[in-house]
Amino acid sequence: MTLDKNGNAGCLSSPEEWISQHGDYLFRFAMVKLRDEHLAEDAVQETLLAALQGQQNFSGESAERTWLVGILKHKIVDLIRKKVREPTLVNVDEHMDFEQDEATGAMFDETGHWVTPCQDWGNPDKVLEQKRFWQILTECLKRLPPQLAMLYSLREISGMDTEAICKDLNISPTNSWVMLHRARLGLKQCFELNWLGSEQAGVK
Amino acid sequence: MLTCKDASQLMSQSFDRNLGLMERAGLRFHLLICKSCQVAYRQLDFLHQLCKRIAAEPVDVASMQPGLSAEAQERILKELRRKQDGQSTSGD
Repeated sequence: MTLDKNGNAGCLSSPEEWISQHGDYLFRFAMVKLRDEHLAEDAVQETLLAALQGQQNFSGESAERTWLVGILKHKIVDLIRKKVREPTLVNVDEHMDFEQDEATGAMFDETGHWVTPCQDWGNPDKVLEQKRFWQILTECLKRLPPQLAMLYSLREISGMDTEAICKDLNISPTNSWVMLHRARLGLKQCFELNWLGSEQAGVK
Repeated sequence: MLTCKDASQLMSQSFDRNLGLMERAGLRFHLLICKSCQVAYRQLDFLHQLCKRIAAEPVDVASMQPGLSAEAQERILKELRRKQDGQSTSGD
């Protein structure tokens, strides 16, 4: 591949153009996965820096944007890993005791039955526009303990498998299942509160 | 006999791993007799499916988010230029 005097490969645009053409796209993509403006900006920056460094590896077979998104996906996972490992967040034991947890513990009575019967949400395809769902999900994730929210988002929104997550976070599969269970029940409860009433009111 | 709490645990785990034969049988039996858990399973599956869809097309959902702020653009561009300068000097 030929490089011009600035070291740019002929088929790639300049960093200025990357930002103007793909900056918003990459940022929004990162926002969905990270739900944190600063982290998402970091992800975009690290992606473009890596792209700059590795532009000779750009084969030209894929579109420039596809190539950048490929890098971004790795950077996002790296950032989440770093975030989850932060000592202030990592306290697995704290999340292991199901009974002690107010939100999920209170969902079942002493015989292990639901305290309030679950209400049907109807058919997801019909009931909910994806954007509205995303809005409620984002709000509800904020109400979970940060580590549960991170774990849930690694598993469900980044689609990592549990094995990889456990290895990364240095937790046992059992730990991860307990935590994901709690995260899912917490979200279920939050959705129940905000579902049908959501037309009139903000997220509770 | 599974309680609803046990059943909800198995429901959640069914998204993360393959349940064993006995676990599946236990869950299926519980679901046959428990209306509330049938609903709960649909709810959890609903969350799972929609997340999956968003994971597949994140930008569709993100279109309502604001883009990269001008300050962030500026900052990133500065970092890129610094790196670029560093590269061209070390490359010579």
